[in-house]
Amino acid sequence: MKKILALLLAVVMVFGLAACAGNGAGKEEDLVVGFIFLHDEQSTYDKNFIDAAKAACESTGVKMVQKTQIPESEACYDAAKELIEVEGCDIIFADSFGHESFLMKAAKEYPDVEFCHATGTQAHTATDLKNFHNAFAHIYQGRYLAGVVAGLKLKEMIDSGKITAAQAKMGYVGAFTFAEVMSGYTSFYLGAKSIVPEVKMDVRFTGSWYDEQLEKQAAQSLIDGGCVLISQHADSMGAPTACENAKVPNVSYNGSTNAACPETFLVSSRINWVPYFEYMINQVKNDAEIAIDWAGDLKNGSVALTELGKNVAAGTAEKLATVEAGLKDGTINVFDTANFTVKGEKLTTYMADVNTDADFAKDTEAIENGIFYESKHRSGPYFDIEIDGITLLDRNYGE
Amino acid sequence: MADVMTKKHTHEPAITIAKRDDLVWWKAWLIRLAAILIGFLLMGFVSMMLTKVSLGEVFSMMIRGAFGRLFEGGKATMLWKFLQETAILLCLTLAVTPAFRMKFWNCGAEGQALMGGLGAMICMLELDGVTPWLHTVLAVVLGIVFGAVWGLIPALFKAWYGTNETLFTLMMNYVATQLVAYYVLIASKGLTVIRPVETGALPVLGNQKFLLNILVVAVTMVVLFFYLKYSKQGYEIAVVGESQNTARYIGINVKKVIIRTMVISGAIAGLAGVLLVAGTDHSINTHTVGGLGFTAIMVSWLGLFNPYIMAAMSALVVFLNMGAAKVADTFFLNSSYADIVAGVVILFVVGCEFFIRYSVKFRHTKKEARS
Repeated sequence: MKKILALLLAVVMVFGLAACAGNGAGKEEDLVVGFIFLHDEQSTYDKNFIDAAKAACESTGVKMVQKTQIPESEACYDAAKELIEVEGCDIIFADSFGHESFLMKAAKEYPDVEFCHATGTQAHTATDLKNFHNAFAHIYQGRYLAGVVAGLKLKEMIDSGKITAAQAKMGYVGAFTFAEVMSGYTSFYLGAKSIVPEVKMDVRFTGSWYDEQLEKQAAQSLIDGGCVLISQHADSMGAPTACENAKVPNVSYNGSTNAACPETFLVSSRINWVPYFEYMINQVKNDAEIAIDWAGDLKNGSVALTELGKNVAAGTAEKLATVEAGLKDGTINVFDTANFTVKGEKLTTYMADVNTDADFAKDTEAIENGIFYESKHRSGPYFDIEIDGITLLDRNYGE
Repeated sequence: MADVMTKKHTHEPAITIAKRDDLVWWKAWLIRLAAILIGFLLMGFVSMMLTKVSLGEVFSMMIRGAFGRLFEGGKATMLWKFLQETAILLCLTLAVTPAFRMKFWNCGAEGQALMGGLGAMICMLELDGVTPWLHTVLAVVLGIVFGAVWGLIPALFKAWYGTNETLFTLMMNYVATQLVAYYVLIASKGLTVIRPVETGALPVLGNQKFLLNILVVAVTMVVLFFYLKYSKQGYEIAVVGESQNTARYIGINVKKVIIRTMVISGAIAGLAGVLLVAGTDHSINTHTVGGLGFTAIMVSWLGLFNPYIMAAMSALVVFLNMGAAKVADTFFLNSSYADIVAGVVILFVVGCEFFIRYSVKFRHTKKEARS
């Protein structure tokens, strides 16, 4: 008896609180967009999405609802369901690669809701799912521009006699030996090479998207190995901090590290998601179809560079403007096969793994007219070629 | 000299704390209720300062987070989710409780549940050409066995060598996490996510994927209540917990009880993993259990080791977590906010036990004439 009463009392406590609260629902806007984020603003990766979502919802006048800390599991499907059934969302967006399968499951169940997913690879082959869309950006253009800034810095160091041309070696801290990272460091390298043809680069992988200690150690070991400039594709402050301590110039990613590393910060590239979010919202507003696979670029502002650091080489801004114009009008192509070799030879054909399948089959010819077209056959990167001049000191596929 | 002595005797401390056993049960619950209310109010005021909205709006947001728009006539989507989260937390709480009653500090429910999930996942992915119902049964059995084995290992070491079970079970969590990480990489061929598979999954009752999980845990709760309270084995657990020497004296095989109880503990935790993997997720990763195995330790204590009270406490903790997450998302606060909210309320709940077990008396402030 006591126990039952005690139980009742405890239940009443929980539900009693439920009953006494007022009805505080805000006014209804006509369109509601639900965002699913892997972490929250404490992660630079998610912060980049969250800030863009706020800005885009503000500018288009729609209501934003977010769910943060949603892991890459069934929880993503549940989150989508809740956003639709409880918050009445008309569009659902998820920001992490691993959300894709679970988001597709929800897309099947709610054909009237549009589902958009960043970094995914399956929308272009899932032809029966008309309401599921992928998006990414030609971020390699940004990396190439950042590489140009790095190249100019190297050239300044060579011209001032600080290093010889033979000592012009850069270091790169990558997360995993995946196409997304490989495409990134290769474009960065090619940008630098367009200024200093002799440049070499060493790459180390940490096996994690976010591990401050490992990234710091990897950057330090690259510096110890003779690298005179460092860049990275991982989300922590590890590499920039190591560079600031060692007074080695650094090109960062996903946002400026200028405030924390004023002496060594050169520039940073990032994807600006505002153009995509605005596009996605406006298409739904106008009853138009959202592209199945969307890739933003420099032209529409999806690929962006931060401000330049105070220690960049003289004339950097001017040079950047010319290269940027060239990338925009197509006179410069990042993965032009004239600019790199593989095992000493020019590449004429390459089958890339574009369509997702269990066997990672190479299914699509990516080179046309001497140019490797990245993010053309699908928005998610698929350039995974190891080119001459770049040495992979280790590899990490996540094992 | 004598004068000094008498003076000292008249000095009474400002606060006297005495143990008490005479508190009427409803008074104890009144204290607990008051503690929760004060906790909620304090948490509400902290939230008001952070969000700059009224107390009512903060609470209505929390309710929206846990129950959706149920009270505004909306769908029961969130209520089901709430019951599912409560059920899983309760299942893990039930898992650690038999061991706790024996004063065996099993801090390994997280790992035992992960192993349970891993067992089910391996069965679902690797077995081929088995009748569907048998496939499901095998997945459930393998999962429970994996969980039980993960509970058995530290129990054997405790029984044979007297190793510290707290450290041992904690370490086993890390081993389980790494095993799951390793399996995910093999099974997903280097991608970091195992795509959901339907083979060997538990059936869905009444078109509501959480219903079976909730029912299974409810049954487990009732069975465990009777097992602990009315069975011979339950009595043996209580005696071993009170005093191992007494247990030995009256002819209880202490080693056997320790091992048997930890196998049960691990099996129930394994069941929680099975419910998560074969029941709802149909996939596994290192975050599948999401730290609930540790929360369960606290809930077991909060629930005074009584399955029914633990159910209510699980509901309270889940309500706080889901509600705070909604407030954090609505007002762009980060995840630390949810931890603070849950922390504040639970601190009050735990703290009030002090006032239930001890009486606090203040010195009567009579003005004494001083010479």
